[in-house]
Amino acid sequence: MTALPLARRREFRLGTGLGLGTAVLYLSLIVLIPLAAVVWRSTDGGWGGFWTAVNRPDSWSALKLTVLASAVVALVNMVMGTIIAWVLVRDSFPGKSIVDALIDLPFALPTIVAGLVLLSLYGTSSPLPVNLAYTRVSVGVALLFVTLPFVVRTVQPVLLELDRDMEQAAYSLGAAPATTFRRIILPNLAPAMISGAGLAFTRAIAEYGATNLLTGSIPLKTQVAAVNIVGRIESDDPTGAAAVSTLLLAIAFVVLLGLDLVQRRSARHG
Amino acid sequence: MARLPLRVLALLYLLLLLVLPVVLVAWRTFEHGVGAFVDALSTPNAIHAFAVTGSVAVWSVLANTLFGVGMAVLLVRHRFPGKRIVNALIDLPLAVSPVVVGLALILVYGRFAPVGGWLERHGLQVIFSLPGMVLATIFVSLPLVVRAIVPVLEELGEDQEQAAHTLGASRWQTFRRITLPGIRGALGYGVVLCLARALGEYGAVAVVSGRQVGQTQTATLFVEERYQNFDTGSAFAVATVLALAAVLILLVTKLLRRKEVL
Repeated sequence: MTALPLARRREFRLGTGLGLGTAVLYLSLIVLIPLAAVVWRSTDGGWGGFWTAVNRPDSWSALKLTVLASAVVALVNMVMGTIIAWVLVRDSFPGKSIVDALIDLPFALPTIVAGLVLLSLYGTSSPLPVNLAYTRVSVGVALLFVTLPFVVRTVQPVLLELDRDMEQAAYSLGAAPATTFRRIILPNLAPAMISGAGLAFTRAIAEYGATNLLTGSIPLKTQVAAVNIVGRIESDDPTGAAAVSTLLLAIAFVVLLGLDLVQRRSARHG
Repeated sequence: MARLPLRVLALLYLLLLLVLPVVLVAWRTFEHGVGAFVDALSTPNAIHAFAVTGSVAVWSVLANTLFGVGMAVLLVRHRFPGKRIVNALIDLPLAVSPVVVGLALILVYGRFAPVGGWLERHGLQVIFSLPGMVLATIFVSLPLVVRAIVPVLEELGEDQEQAAHTLGASRWQTFRRITLPGIRGALGYGVVLCLARALGEYGAVAVVSGRQVGQTQTATLFVEERYQNFDTGSAFAVATVLALAAVLILLVTKLLRRKEVL
């Protein structure tokens, strides 16, 4: 880098400064200042005010439900996502490429459409003998739908790259398939499974559109944090909304930080 | 490994969670024939909702494309203090709930906020109108173009650009003739992802738009409002159009990715 011609470096400095200034200004006006305003607003009444706002029964219940449901959803994803990735990589059957393409559908589908879609199968007018509408289970189903691709898409490439020599060696030394999976395959997949599940978790705690219709968003029962925030904005309580938002942001931040640590550790040991 | 049970389990899970619900909505939409579908789509409010979605999408994709290309070039080709922080901040929108995005914009650009109040006195209403919805959509899709371009730009390297430079090409010429053709595929991919997000955004837009029917109502807001008012026919029709757009976008991204690999 230091070998750049002098004239070029000087020219870059001016251009870089101008471009960087514009980009940072843009980022600040749209993302940074508004987010800072949320955190700032949440501490309007000091820390006491913050806790009073978060501690309101409906908000606290919504936060608890959101974190709990997202954790369950992340775990289910970790298992089912890995199984799906496994089937997509190691199995072969007609139509596999179509199934593979389908996995990304929840990312492309608008969340409100996802909500409507789930409601039509699991709601009151379902052709199946199930009705999950307005239950706490429906929160989980909605979150499972929108987070489906995360674990599949993080585990799949690792599984594709995975050297099969180790597995075959284990087999030929007489290890049972279960042992081979637990001792050879799982340790290799674990970092990808964890990071996929973590991403699914952060997506799940943020979800609004998909849960809104199917769960009916009943306060103290099926209302998730995002819906609670909207309720508090619409009832002209921006400070309360900001407090719940700040807590949600803090949880997401901690999880992402944890994921970063996991990734660094596995990169060092891998 | 037990191959068949796993296959059945995976496919059953996908069938129940993904395929059946989507198929059912498509079936419900066309239950009363294509005529009813077209009728539901041609009400003034439905047409208006699509128009609003269209203009929000065009503006936000345009803004994110310009920012995305510029930012990617800055991150890959230039050195500046605080680069790692800027790099991390770009991904921030992905960790923020759309609803919080809406709140954040209201707190700064709302009528009773200092900035929003000043803008409104100068004739620009941001919240509860189009600019706010565009801002919200830009926010949620901000990283998509940057993240699509950065790896390709890194892969391309600087040799050709430096060669062009030594041969006397201006920076703009170098960018247009060398850099841009190199990142075309990735740029297309990022733009398409951004478009998908813009068409489908619901939470952030719901908060900043005020959900005024026939005014700031987008297609996704239309689906929700019609459904809540027991007009399921219109809700399903517009939802199906949005879903078809999503499938189309998915196919385009697959094609763009495949071209990239080759």
